[in-house]
Amino acid sequence: MVHRLKLAAKAGLFAASLVADAAQAPSADVGSDAPETVAVAAAAFGYRLAGDFQEEGRTVDAPKETRSVASFRIMKYQLTGAQYDSCVAERACPARPKSQSRAPRLPAVMLSFEDASAYAAWIGAKTGETWRLPTDEEWRAAAGTRARDDATGLAKDADPSERWLAKYDAESAEAKDEQRLRPIGGFGANEQGLFDLSGNVWEWTDTCSVRYSIGPAGAQPMTTNCGVRVVEGEHRTYITDFIRDARAGGCAVGKPPANLGVRLVRGGRTISGLIARIKTIFEGRVAWL
Amino acid sequence: MLTRRSALFGTAMAALMFSVPAFAAADLDLPREKATLVAPPFVMTHEQATKAGPKIVEFTLTIVEKPVVIDEQGTTIPGMTFDGSIPGPMMVVHEGDYVEVTLVNPATNSMMHDIDFHAATGGLGGAELTQVNPGEQAVLRFKATRSGVFIYHCAPGGPMTPVHVVSGMSGTIMVLPRDGLKDQNGKPLHYDRVYYIGESDFYVPRDEKGNFKSYTEIGESMPDMLDVMQKLTPSHVVFEGKVGALTGKSALKANVGETVLIVHSQANRDSRPHLIGGHGDYVWERGKFANPPQVDQETWFIRGGSAGAALYTFRQPGVYAYVTHNLIEATLLGATAHFKVEGKWNDDLM
Repeated sequence: MVHRLKLAAKAGLFAASLVADAAQAPSADVGSDAPETVAVAAAAFGYRLAGDFQEEGRTVDAPKETRSVASFRIMKYQLTGAQYDSCVAERACPARPKSQSRAPRLPAVMLSFEDASAYAAWIGAKTGETWRLPTDEEWRAAAGTRARDDATGLAKDADPSERWLAKYDAESAEAKDEQRLRPIGGFGANEQGLFDLSGNVWEWTDTCSVRYSIGPAGAQPMTTNCGVRVVEGEHRTYITDFIRDARAGGCAVGKPPANLGVRLVRGGRTISGLIARIKTIFEGRVAWL
Repeated sequence: MLTRRSALFGTAMAALMFSVPAFAAADLDLPREKATLVAPPFVMTHEQATKAGPKIVEFTLTIVEKPVVIDEQGTTIPGMTFDGSIPGPMMVVHEGDYVEVTLVNPATNSMMHDIDFHAATGGLGGAELTQVNPGEQAVLRFKATRSGVFIYHCAPGGPMTPVHVVSGMSGTIMVLPRDGLKDQNGKPLHYDRVYYIGESDFYVPRDEKGNFKSYTEIGESMPDMLDVMQKLTPSHVVFEGKVGALTGKSALKANVGETVLIVHSQANRDSRPHLIGGHGDYVWERGKFANPPQVDQETWFIRGGSAGAALYTFRQPGVYAYVTHNLIEATLLGATAHFKVEGKWNDDLM
């Protein structure tokens, strides 16, 4: 319940910030440290909700709703190892495993949600701007045709194994079975000029894992677990925030993400972004924050 | 009974070499049959029981040395294989049949090879009599005197034996009782499908940063690989030669109500197969069919250097994971396969 209230408060604040952002059109990149970003135009689009939806005790397809997102700027490429390591060098981010290649144009992987958040806070302080993970909605708005609809199309009273097998088959069909990293840009651009979406590096989102119950009044959130976040890529999945290698953290059956990486949104005011900004402004003076 | 053919020289003769018929033994007046092998996890067409008398079953195994990718990172080992697959194909005969194998070592290979059949009697399982250099072939005939699933592997001697085995050179022969499989009470057992799961342990050296080093030539990899092997800690434990070879698009298939025989081999190291969400209805843990199978098994044990067989009838649809239940090996080193089972959900069972 506490989580739900927190989420609602956050959502309200976020909506307000979107309005504010829409008023002031996203600006171009600043500073050489800042990752390159592209603008995603404000749009209304059909959004398949993230989360687990249960109806009469059975898992069903998530509802699809029309959602509007205000324009925002998002990283053109996934965060590279070199970019992440600048944060490590300043002791603001945990070091990557030694075995990870240090080639400059490879995406940074083996990153947890916590690592991603540490980087966002650091680059925010560095650039004097707010950097944050996208919400799942934003990710899908940016990914466009690279986002995979995870509905099975099966009836709600379908045999539970049918849904399971359909999901397994769909994820297997998409699977590249290739874990080796390609230099950024290696999986090409989508129609909005974002590169490497749904390649072999999955991307963390800010969206928490939510379990909904569908009743006569529609879908009601039952439990919200922010220790597990929505991760997007070849298919949408849900991963515990401290996991860096999803293959080891994944379940016994299914195709776990090959690699976990990061793509941040620049601007937008989340609570954590706001706190980061306040922290930046009052750095050293407001110790209790 | 052995014949060794020396190399036919020159590439122009290579085609001829392959067309030389398997050495025909005049001393046995038995019908002959040419077997067509298929790559694992599938198994050649065969009868589960036969009323016919013993025969000579002819097989050709061609040794293929080639780089093999063993995981999704693209780690490549200089593989050595029987017929191009890891494991080699499963051969099937009936007890009392004669197995006549033509072992071909094409001139394009670089190493000497041979074959040791655990099902054979004498001659170091045939290894002593089948040593073939590149460009040579040998014909070995042995009598299948005991029923069961048995390993075959390359055994060129000394440290080269494990090097060849952990580079891919092992497979299985299934010798079925002439009247088929039976339960502990002597009642006949049948299967609708058979899958052959060959488990391999690989020992890939790492560079100073801890990344796997890829090699294409065995001569290049061997000194480093022997160092890794001596620590007895594999870098990969996989089914069908590669992490994920039996998952996703390549997951094994079955339907509810079907009985599946799963043959599991490990030529070098112990393993403990477990079907997550299922059981072993009848398990010949040591793989030898003259012994009564154990029933209702949870996890069974495959001794290194042996094959075992488990019979299971799927009762519930869904996805099953078939793993070695050292879960570190299953999840981190690769030893996981999936079964996709279709059918109607049984509410009574779950």
